[in-house]
Amino acid sequence: MPPILDRLNDAAKRKVLALQDYFILAWNALRFIFARPFYGGDLVQQMDAIGVQSLGIVLLTGFFTGMVLALQSAVQLQTFGASMYMGRLVSASMIRELGPVLAGLMVAGRVGSGIAAQLGSMKVTEQIDALNTLGTDPIKKLVVPRVLAALIMLPVLTIINDCVGIVGGNLIAQFYLDVPTSLYWRTVWEQVASDGFVLRFIPNDFVQGLTKPFVFGGIISITACYFGLNTTGGTEGVGISTTRTVVTSSILILVLDYFLTQILLSVLVAP
Amino acid sequence: MIDNEPGAPSGPAAPPEAPDPSRPLDAGEIADAHERRADDVIRRKQEERVRTAIQSELSEDDADAAPRPRAEDPGPLEDAVIELERVYLSFDRPILEDVSFAAFPGETVVIVGESGTGKSTTLKLILRLLQPDSGRVYVSGNDIAGLSFTEALAVRQKMGMVFQSAALFDSMTVFENVAYPLREHTDLDDDEIEARVRQKLEFVDLTPDEVMDRLPAELSGGMKKRVGIARGMANNAEIMLYDEPTSGLDPLTTATITRLIMKLQRELNVTSIVVSHDIRSAFRMGTHIALLADRSIRFFGTPEEMAASDDRYIRDFLGGF
Repeated sequence: MPPILDRLNDAAKRKVLALQDYFILAWNALRFIFARPFYGGDLVQQMDAIGVQSLGIVLLTGFFTGMVLALQSAVQLQTFGASMYMGRLVSASMIRELGPVLAGLMVAGRVGSGIAAQLGSMKVTEQIDALNTLGTDPIKKLVVPRVLAALIMLPVLTIINDCVGIVGGNLIAQFYLDVPTSLYWRTVWEQVASDGFVLRFIPNDFVQGLTKPFVFGGIISITACYFGLNTTGGTEGVGISTTRTVVTSSILILVLDYFLTQILLSVLVAP
Repeated sequence: MIDNEPGAPSGPAAPPEAPDPSRPLDAGEIADAHERRADDVIRRKQEERVRTAIQSELSEDDADAAPRPRAEDPGPLEDAVIELERVYLSFDRPILEDVSFAAFPGETVVIVGESGTGKSTTLKLILRLLQPDSGRVYVSGNDIAGLSFTEALAVRQKMGMVFQSAALFDSMTVFENVAYPLREHTDLDDDEIEARVRQKLEFVDLTPDEVMDRLPAELSGGMKKRVGIARGMANNAEIMLYDEPTSGLDPLTTATITRLIMKLQRELNVTSIVVSHDIRSAFRMGTHIALLADRSIRFFGTPEEMAASDDRYIRDFLGGF
């Protein structure tokens, strides 16, 4: 085989092996959620780091995204005399798409990079080996609390993001389009109810809007842990792992958002 | 001295040619002579096992008899706390080839050798952080090479490891670092844990009240190493492994760490494997020295035997010492 094909062959094998390692890590992380020992303290600490400490950035982005969405839509809606539908437009966009994706991207940037840097530093300073030698499984101690915290906190952050985004839209509707607040919120609810319910009382929009952040939480945390635990090459390697985490998580969020939307739309059929 | 091929009988041996006593010995022969001289106990035990296995092979006529011990797999040496038996390991290139040595209770085996010869890798094999391609790694008579990652976690609880960089958890205080293995693997209450942590810190000549609440970043290099030793022995480990415990330290601190390792051996009869570049410390603390060269054990014997060796490589390695 010519040398260039050899190299391509080796590179392809490495990629496949890396993908295999990624899925093994994901499987172990999910499997060990139910295996002893449980690190409750670490879980609470990670929920604080991933959820509570991300609150500021999520509030800010959600609020301004809701406002700019309303502002951009206002011109079009006014043209057709449909200003009263502002609530429907903002809520549909925020709950189904912008809320989950924006919260995911913000957490990938803030938390994913942090996890990768922390685990990467621990790897290059032999702290991961130290955990192993002290009889602790690093996946149970480090990965599981982070993955679990992200799975719990990202949907919570998304709900908050959705809410402040809709409130931002409300401000623009009221002060720019003169749409009364009561009308705005009525149209918000009409939109939520119009897409039907799962189990009679859970709006389809909510199912769609909360399935995505749950998946994104898993993607961000596992990607960050994977790159962090596979860090090599000292401090430079930590930087590379951090960058790879943010880039890979962001791409995966955007790509998976499309496929999740396709699946959810076909499953959650409106009445 | 360990015979590097203890379990490889090759049939009836041809009578050796009578050596010419006037012929000067080459380096290989000198090394062989030292190997024959060094550590008779280990060799005798291994030869005995091989002999038993061969006799068993020769006298066995019944094909349906119970499985016989294979000559290539003589099993662990009696009493050996740690034993590597014909270990081979390679990544993208060979790292270790036919490495065999053993450490008995209370012994300190210092592994020396040039950089990149697989010294730290040997420690990782003993910890079952790596698995050999072939060969056996026995810890307290149990072959750990075949254990799963999870099973190996339990074996590691009997061992303490001191890393080159100390590898203290930088988000935890000194107290939390030393208490970590106790919280993980014992049912001790908080008072008992504190008492144990104080005891271990005092053992490594640190004042508990001064250091317990400090973060690792606030400690000097020597203090970090001492906290690392305290953490390693917190669970009353029977086996201590040290990876370059004196690297990057000034001569006085190096002497302190060396004394500590000797104190552990003397007072607690801990079996230790030390990887070191520091020949002076190795000679002080080691009951045996293993020299890794060209991926295998080039010499295994007491410091005195190593110092007396005429092997050109060993002389060069020891340099001006």
